[in-house]
Amino acid sequence: MSQPVFYVSPEQQIKDRAEFARSGIAKGRSVIVARYADGIVFIGENHSKSLHKVAEIYDRIGFAAVGRYNEFENLRVAGIRHADIRGYAYDRRDVTGRMLAGAYAQLLGTIFSAVMEKPYEVEMVVAEVGDKPEADEIYRLSFDGSITDEPQFAVIGGASEMISQALREGYEPQLRLGDCLRLAIQALIADPRGGTALTVDALEAAVLDRNRTQARKFRRLSSDDITELTKVPVRRPTRSRKSGASLGTPTDIGDATPSSQPKRTRRVSAADSPRTDQVDVGPAEATSSGTAGE
Amino acid sequence: MARARVRLSCTTPTTRRTGRLMTMNTDEMKRAFLADPTSSFTQFLERTSPRLLPNAVRSGSTEDLSPTATTIVAVATPSGVVLAGDRRATMGSMIAQRDIQKVFAADEFSAVGIAGSAGLAIELVKLFRVELEHYEKIEGAPLTLDGKANRLASMIRGNLGMALQGFVVLPLFVGWDVSCAKARIFSYDATGGCYEETGYHAIGSGSLFAKGSLKKLYRPKATLKRAVQMCVQALFDAADDDSATGGPDVLRRIYPVVIAVDASGARQLPETEIAEVTDHVLAGRATRPDGPEARL
Repeated sequence: MSQPVFYVSPEQQIKDRAEFARSGIAKGRSVIVARYADGIVFIGENHSKSLHKVAEIYDRIGFAAVGRYNEFENLRVAGIRHADIRGYAYDRRDVTGRMLAGAYAQLLGTIFSAVMEKPYEVEMVVAEVGDKPEADEIYRLSFDGSITDEPQFAVIGGASEMISQALREGYEPQLRLGDCLRLAIQALIADPRGGTALTVDALEAAVLDRNRTQARKFRRLSSDDITELTKVPVRRPTRSRKSGASLGTPTDIGDATPSSQPKRTRRVSAADSPRTDQVDVGPAEATSSGTAGE
Repeated sequence: MARARVRLSCTTPTTRRTGRLMTMNTDEMKRAFLADPTSSFTQFLERTSPRLLPNAVRSGSTEDLSPTATTIVAVATPSGVVLAGDRRATMGSMIAQRDIQKVFAADEFSAVGIAGSAGLAIELVKLFRVELEHYEKIEGAPLTLDGKANRLASMIRGNLGMALQGFVVLPLFVGWDVSCAKARIFSYDATGGCYEETGYHAIGSGSLFAKGSLKKLYRPKATLKRAVQMCVQALFDAADDDSATGGPDVLRRIYPVVIAVDASGARQLPETEIAEVTDHVLAGRATRPDGPEARL
């Protein structure tokens, strides 16, 4: 039974697998990882307070991922183990973002090309904050193990191209944290799948702050932190997102991307993945709701 | 060499212990569980899974079980806890190092001081710090203070084999318990026993003298600043009577390492602050060498 009945060319096989992974990732809400004056900021839409898409890996290294929760959770734990064991065996300064990104690329590449395994439906970012702004590093990794070094910011997830475009206007690496956050939230609203209903409680954010005195530079930003930093007068919404104050109205945070913007489809039409209100984390769910960070 | 040893002794016991039962085949199981005539569980364990016994390590000598070459003191107050250690490391009667560091912040809300074989002890603390941070990163939440104390206990127990050969490592663990907003102190023995202490405690070769000193100086409602003074006084008394404990070295400007843990976290006090306290203590001792007088 294990012998394929029909011949499938390697090109076709790779194409199919890539298409499969892409469609899985396209369902995930995007995460932005961007440099700012004092470090690197991670921000994305996440309705869960405990199931994170952004995490600390090591002293100066952070992690962000979109896609299937159980898969990127595996990758996160693997990364922490890899970093901790290296830091313990050698020295804490010997753990670098480049090393970790390389290890992730190897892992993802192997899984992608293993015929008997399902490719991981994840896209992720490994970022390392340096002592000086020039030393900041952002690596973006794809499901197939391909790796890109992003000089300024990286956007991962379904509407990444659209959000990148929105972010590019007005972005510069010397922005202060508050301005950078405000710009990033504006860009997130460019997500055609209901980004305009984004409330501050539905945001997950963290920074790698080079000015932190502790060795561990990673710090999560609470909803209050974000509100304070962006100085947006947001009332705490009630349970239902729809009744919450919207960050997306132009009066709130300047000129948000107009909702009339044509909804460009990329790989998978946004309309194909209807938005659900719950955060889906079920590892075994086969439907579109199996993708975390909806 | 010491590094490899401590890591092995801290990580292998569980695998070694469970391994035996897992690999036992049905016949063996049957023989062990059905045919054994004893009614003593301990004897049963000795026959079937000796590794599960807490005293599984039998080789080596039992001499020299007491740690040397250190005094670590801890004082708890309502607002936080202070942990301080002297700076001397000895090899026999020789001073090996004048400025060794024996107290460390373990994580955000706890600190650990060590007595015993320096090589093993420092490696153990290093492993313990990674252990706490690793747990916190993977689980997304830190261990409770009791959880940390117990984890340290099992690591010490893992070192029992080395302890029996004379390489004893004993920690003194302090922390701020976030759940009940209280400063707590834990002491250990070489077998991994973990004991919570009230108010103050000291370990190491000079601990007798330090505890005697703290007994007279300790005030339960003291401020954190007072607690630092108590610690420095106690360390001075320990160094006064114990040759393996180093006193403040004014010429080289080597002072005790002091870590304070309170609701805002663990921090090592700057050297200037300790120098100031030490100068004050020395000035007092210049007029009364035995230290401040306790009221009768």
